[in-house]
Amino acid sequence: MPKVLLIAEHDNAKLKPATLNAMTAAKKLGDVDILVAGQGCAAVAEEAAKIDGAKKVLCADDAAYAHFLAENLAALVAKLGANYDYVLAASSTTGKNMLPRASALLDMQMISDVSGIENADTFVRPFYAGNAFATVQSKDKIKVMTVRTTAFDPTPATGGAATVEKVESAGDSGLSGFVGQQLTKSERPELTAARVVVSGGRGMGSGDNFKLIDALADKLDAAVGASRAAVDAGFVPNDYQVGQTGKVVAPELYIAVGISGAIQHLAGMKDSKVIVAINKDPDAPIFQVADYGLVQDLFVALPEFTKAI
Amino acid sequence: MKILVPVKRVVDYNVKIRVKSDQSGIELANVKMSINPFCAIAVEEAVRMKEQGIATEIIAVSIGPSQAQETLRTALAMGADRAILVQTDESAEPLAIAKILKSIVDKETPGLVVLGKQTIDGDNNQTGQMLAALLGWGQGTFASKVEKDGDSLKITREIDGGLETLTLKLPCIVTTDLRLNEPRYASLPNIMKAKQKPLETKTPADFGVDITPRVVTLKVSEPPKRKAGIKVKDVSELVNKLKNEAKVI
Repeated sequence: MPKVLLIAEHDNAKLKPATLNAMTAAKKLGDVDILVAGQGCAAVAEEAAKIDGAKKVLCADDAAYAHFLAENLAALVAKLGANYDYVLAASSTTGKNMLPRASALLDMQMISDVSGIENADTFVRPFYAGNAFATVQSKDKIKVMTVRTTAFDPTPATGGAATVEKVESAGDSGLSGFVGQQLTKSERPELTAARVVVSGGRGMGSGDNFKLIDALADKLDAAVGASRAAVDAGFVPNDYQVGQTGKVVAPELYIAVGISGAIQHLAGMKDSKVIVAINKDPDAPIFQVADYGLVQDLFVALPEFTKAI
Repeated sequence: MKILVPVKRVVDYNVKIRVKSDQSGIELANVKMSINPFCAIAVEEAVRMKEQGIATEIIAVSIGPSQAQETLRTALAMGADRAILVQTDESAEPLAIAKILKSIVDKETPGLVVLGKQTIDGDNNQTGQMLAALLGWGQGTFASKVEKDGDSLKITREIDGGLETLTLKLPCIVTTDLRLNEPRYASLPNIMKAKQKPLETKTPADFGVDITPRVVTLKVSEPPKRKAGIKVKDVSELVNKLKNEAKVI
């Protein structure tokens, strides 16, 4: 069996759900070892060991990995990855930051955002903002890839009984230092893992008006997203952005409110199962991908919608 | 310090692309091409650093066909001082591009390389990180704010949960996110002046880099089309459809 190294995504306390989606892709390719690199991350390693199908968990517990700095993490991933046939990570900002660096250290041409596995060396990935899909064949010895998590169902978090093995730290590069984080605090489900997403666009008019979106999201237990226009206008923080360069989501239900539907936004949401668009402009391109379109002023429609469910 | 800014010529972001009927690639004939938007942000950031007295010289580099000269002229019109075109009609992969850029960095010894975080054609998001690896430099990817702080740069990065701040020892790599700045439009006098600025032409072979693809594209296909939906007349019809037809709420 080919050997796969999957890089776990976590916050030193808990595994992130994206790891389970990436695991599904990894299991299609061979026997999977999971690397948990962090600081004080023993509980995460135990959690990873229970993932269905995990063979072995490699745990690198060191201050150098506390904040997942790419310089330190990539050095470790390249060192360990040299003994594998595949090195995989979820296509999150952490994976996108770290894995190309590790891939270059291994002298391998990475494949970004894999959404399909055809066979051992042939993969499918979106490009041009998801307006085309490329079927690509890797000739490199080690296939290094980030995985588009919305394209793979999560592997069960339990059922595995992997051994946990400590691995030595590759040390601190001294090239970068962590200063701080400003994380958006929310009681709502995570945008990329939510069953329902309600997104607002430029049509919302202000950040204050997003409370109409919040009210609907609360009723539906939904995550809140936004178009680039709404983020650029300062209505909501950057981590709300859905699209080509933001987050890619594929919920059961996506409700686009006051979003015109630029191709860059569609790239991030058009794999949603059901799409609803609310926009007062009947010619807005968002209606071309919406299953249910409502041409109405959102300031009338949103409160009514929230009340009706 | 010198700043190196790699830029790429891509299909303009407003163009709705079409897959070639033989599935060999994207139709590029008679399609409007522009500087990759993230690369324009990278040029703008470098120009602002020069205006603040942090940078002394800005070198724009492009690896691509002879028409990439236009992209370099755009960077020169925005304020870059000189340009290098590494001319090739092959589409070089991020690792090969990073290797060519490393050779240029070794020769030009910039204190900083600013790149777009991704191109909107390949959507790879790899080149900056790979160049940082090959140089053994730190990397500040997806930057929304860059501040000079002594011998370091303080970088604010856009991450999945919000924002993160790092310090990076110079020299280093920065890749730009959308909200780092709003690139200027070049003025007509600056467009004229840009035509006089030096533009040197090289080839990948000059740097001893083999750009033969390691990941071969077998086929390019259209994404599955969503079937056209319906318009509902009011909220109550919408709620009814979502409950009883789509069964999602």
